[in-house]
Amino acid sequence: MPLQQQIFALVVSALVFVIVIDMVRKRRLREEYSVLWLLTSVLMFVLVFRYEWLVSLTDLIGAGLVTTTLFLFSIIFLMLLSVQFCIKISQLTDQVKNLSQENALMKREIESLIENLPVEKSAEA
Amino acid sequence: MRTLIIIPAYNEATRIGEVVRCVREANPDYDILVINDGSRDETSLAAQSAGAMVVSHPFNLGYGVAIQTGYKYALAKKYDFVVQMDGDGQHDPACIRDLLAPVLAGETDFCLGSRFLGHESYDPSPARKIGMAFFRWLVSTLIKTRITDSTSGFQAFNRRVIRYFTTEVFPCDYPDADMLITLHRAGFRIREVPVRMHASVTGKSMHAGWKPLYYMFKMLLSIFVTLLRKREG
Repeated sequence: MPLQQQIFALVVSALVFVIVIDMVRKRRLREEYSVLWLLTSVLMFVLVFRYEWLVSLTDLIGAGLVTTTLFLFSIIFLMLLSVQFCIKISQLTDQVKNLSQENALMKREIESLIENLPVEKSAEA
Repeated sequence: MRTLIIIPAYNEATRIGEVVRCVREANPDYDILVINDGSRDETSLAAQSAGAMVVSHPFNLGYGVAIQTGYKYALAKKYDFVVQMDGDGQHDPACIRDLLAPVLAGETDFCLGSRFLGHESYDPSPARKIGMAFFRWLVSTLIKTRITDSTSGFQAFNRRVIRYFTTEVFPCDYPDADMLITLHRAGFRIREVPVRMHASVTGKSMHAGWKPLYYMFKMLLSIFVTLLRKREG
């Protein structure tokens, strides 16, 4: 692996790592979503020093070039991420539905309580 | 024995008042709850002044969610029976009695109003007829009861079904054929009675544009996974 490539890969993985940690620190990213990102940056870091792992992985999956393996795995990574998002969105949709229903029912309850109030007041007067 | 009539409505200000009045005239003993599903018009006001109780969603959530809100209300207020009908006047209020009778008598848990049994009703388009025929066959085969109108939103059921429908098992987008199968697998008795239905006046339908395709896909998938699930209930 040429030195330039090594430096570039190291800088990118370090940046991703630091930015993700910082976002978690500022509470702009929840821990549960940071896991995939952190793992990826660590993996990139390791592969720079263990380039032979990448080569054997390329042989293992039968790809011709090392770059193919990298692209393939980055696409798989992105797909996993979208599946994670879809699952979360389904959950959130359900929660929003339940909350809105509860909100509507509670509003109705409050309204009917208020409707009954003036009668009590006039009775006191 | 208390009965609640649930009417979901979305932008129905022009018709909901008349529907509520007709229902009240035909069935003065029952409470009427209109679920205003985030309408941008005066649906809520029109329903209220016609004498219905109104629950309003903060924004539009869809037909299935609206009727489930009604079930949750019925459960919280301890109603024994629920009748559910559409807010656009296509369901004839005079048929509520027929629909409710087998449920009140304890002969069935869930009663579905069918426009294809007996009473003369409107005639759906040919494409819709084919789709309906297919689902009719599929549902009837799966639940081993003859069902002629699986997409009917005119229904009556008892407290056990109300409780069941307020849980997560209720399919909130397009609850019809898959809901019948879920009910059947949970051990509820299902029956169909003839009712009169009119074609919706504005012709605006949930089955328009690309929706029939999504509907077919969603319903087949939903029925398939319903069959894969363990029996719950």
